[in-house]
Amino acid sequence: MQRIGVFVCHCGTNIAATVDVKAVAEAMKNEPGVVFSVDYQYMCSEAGQNLIQDTIKEQKLTGVVVCSCSPRMHEATFRKAAAKAGINSYMVEIANIREQCSWIHKDIMTATEKAIILARTAVAKVQLNAPLTPGESPVTKRALVIGGGIAGIQTALDIAEAGFDVDIVEKQPTIGGKMTQIDKTFPTLDCAACILTPKMVDCAQNEKIHIYAYSEVESVSGFVGNFTVKIKKKARYVDTTKCTGCGICTEKCPKKSVPNEFNLGMDNRRAIYIPFAQAVPKVATIDADNCNMLKNGKCGVCAKVCTAGAIDYKQQDEIIEEQYGAIVAATGYNPISLEKYDEFAYSQSKDVVTSLEFERLTNAAGPTSGQLLRPSDGKHPHTIVFVQCVGSRDTSGCGKEYCSKICCMYTAKHAMLTREKYPDTDVYVFYIDVRTPGKLFDEFYRRAVEQYGVHYIKGMVGKVAPRADGKLLVQASDLIANEQLHIEADMVVLAAAIEPDKSARSIATMLTASMDTNDFFTEAHPKLRPVESPTAGVFLSGVCQGPKDIPETVSQASAAAAKVIGLLSKDKLTCNPCVAHSDELMCNGCSACEKVCPYGAITYSDKEFRQPDRTVAIRRVASVNEAVCQGCGACTVACPSGAMDLKGFSNKQIMAEVDAICK
Amino acid sequence: MDKREEVLRISGVNVRKCMRCGKCSGTCPSYDEMEFHPHQFVYMVETGNIEPLMNSESLYKCLSCFACVERCPRGVEPAKVVEAVRLAAIRQKGNNHLKASAVPELLDEDTPQQLLVSAFRKYSK
Repeated sequence: MQRIGVFVCHCGTNIAATVDVKAVAEAMKNEPGVVFSVDYQYMCSEAGQNLIQDTIKEQKLTGVVVCSCSPRMHEATFRKAAAKAGINSYMVEIANIREQCSWIHKDIMTATEKAIILARTAVAKVQLNAPLTPGESPVTKRALVIGGGIAGIQTALDIAEAGFDVDIVEKQPTIGGKMTQIDKTFPTLDCAACILTPKMVDCAQNEKIHIYAYSEVESVSGFVGNFTVKIKKKARYVDTTKCTGCGICTEKCPKKSVPNEFNLGMDNRRAIYIPFAQAVPKVATIDADNCNMLKNGKCGVCAKVCTAGAIDYKQQDEIIEEQYGAIVAATGYNPISLEKYDEFAYSQSKDVVTSLEFERLTNAAGPTSGQLLRPSDGKHPHTIVFVQCVGSRDTSGCGKEYCSKICCMYTAKHAMLTREKYPDTDVYVFYIDVRTPGKLFDEFYRRAVEQYGVHYIKGMVGKVAPRADGKLLVQASDLIANEQLHIEADMVVLAAAIEPDKSARSIATMLTASMDTNDFFTEAHPKLRPVESPTAGVFLSGVCQGPKDIPETVSQASAAAAKVIGLLSKDKLTCNPCVAHSDELMCNGCSACEKVCPYGAITYSDKEFRQPDRTVAIRRVASVNEAVCQGCGACTVACPSGAMDLKGFSNKQIMAEVDAICK
Repeated sequence: MDKREEVLRISGVNVRKCMRCGKCSGTCPSYDEMEFHPHQFVYMVETGNIEPLMNSESLYKCLSCFACVERCPRGVEPAKVVEAVRLAAIRQKGNNHLKASAVPELLDEDTPQQLLVSAFRKYSK
């Protein structure tokens, strides 16, 4: 029989205001095995922990039940306290009477009744608890970063700086991500390429960093410290070890009319291309869908002009397998499709552009060489209307419910730069709210208004109608003047909402990392563990976790790197001892557990068993690799003979809990 | 019943969903004809300032084209609010706003047909 102590926490008024804690402590005194029961204001305080430790010694306790907050908060605290007093830390159980009771109930009577049931359930479980000892598993000292935008680049650089190997997998032919397409950065107006490309070059030159560009993650298996990842290197049809990036092939290729994705389709590239001058790695890629040679075997110009002999039309996709200790998701974002916003005439007029397209139209490497010209007729626009919140803060089902966070600032930047470079241009910004919470952000926005004379109008554009003469008739409301405005504009720029990259969902599935309803990765804790996924060993960097601007992305990227470095600097990880084990005498060798195990932790072997009649029989039985098992419990449910059981959550313990609830 | 409650009940609209972006009034084709604009209808109903709306010609200038309903990013449905105020006004006892015989001389050549159809639909009851 166990000697159990029950400790009921008030948690200030968090629990005590809704649960009669004294009644809970009193009721527990009558439970079998309970030799001590008490309530206390803050169990997690040092005095509270001392109370547990002293009681363990005085009452010679063998088991402890703490009725308090979620085990996610203080289970570790109480386990450590119990271990200090000399009992096995797995002899401690938490009854969650805060999140699962006091916070969700209003009536003291019913909440107290439920708290008593939860406490009784924990007592019933402790009765059957056995001491457990955690094992250890090794750590592969190499990290994988999925996504090579500014988030992935910063994370990789920081991990490499600490002396660990790190691989970047990027699906595009070059690293750099969205920031390569941006012209200037707010609020300092540095040129984005000037501050990004040195970091890209650092990545390429760093011996600790390996870049898998034009590659995708195919599959992920394993667990924290021991991931096995298959990476698909997509065929570029160019030998990257030979290509010098001279670019002759990209000038001679006869296929000239492929929409250039780097400039968002506003100009064309060839079928063999290098995305932009500072691409890393600077090697050419053949776009197989548009290459005449690959499609029908008629051409071969690039192979003829290539002095390095790098062109290889027979190149195949290649799958490589690597081991990693930690994985960072840095999958980034895209602007949403505007097809559901007909009222802004985006698909009807070339002069209605998204903000990212506007970046390209003002960039020296863009389709207009940095001259702000109307896409339709190449003329200089004299009236430009910027529309904010296109698809953001939208609950109608067409857009996204959240604020995209970056649009207020980049629109202020666009408006300011337009007025600076072209003072003869009238610039209107229609806003719902101007959100500028950032260092020097509001000052920047006010400068656009006060110094550059941008017309900020509180209101929304209702519709944009392209007129036959090329003008765009913008109808909008000015809520402060209580007027409807009709503006003849030359260009309209839409601040489209941003959404996670489409690849994020399949990557989250491979990583068994959770996502929210908008497909942003969820954090282990929204405030206190913001760069960790709830899945151990998986970390989050950049917009894949939620909208953020460049400074915030870089901070988070470094934070994720710090977490990875903390993990990789360990030689061994303590394993969770709550793992499955098989009772070989009961196992019938059916393989059901092996099939459901997501970690490949179960193997079968033939073993000799002494029979009741003293003969020896050979049977096929399951055994669990405890270093690989993550304690998910799938096998215990699949096992038809009841041979599989989970330590710390045995079938008997769970049934005892159910009995205690139903008593 | 309180007029605000009545309008909210008839419309079935949750006016608190409005984030004051003004897209309804930005899109409204009848804006210049209206003394109170779609966003004001939503705001004034929210604050309970219903009387001026009930006595305003604006009630009869709304085309019921539903452009505001279609484009509202928050699903507030301003046209339903206008319609509800209109119904609340009509349902007041002994307070006739329009007699059928008065229609011909009020007819405006420039009035869109849509408005007439909408009006007939409302006053046929």
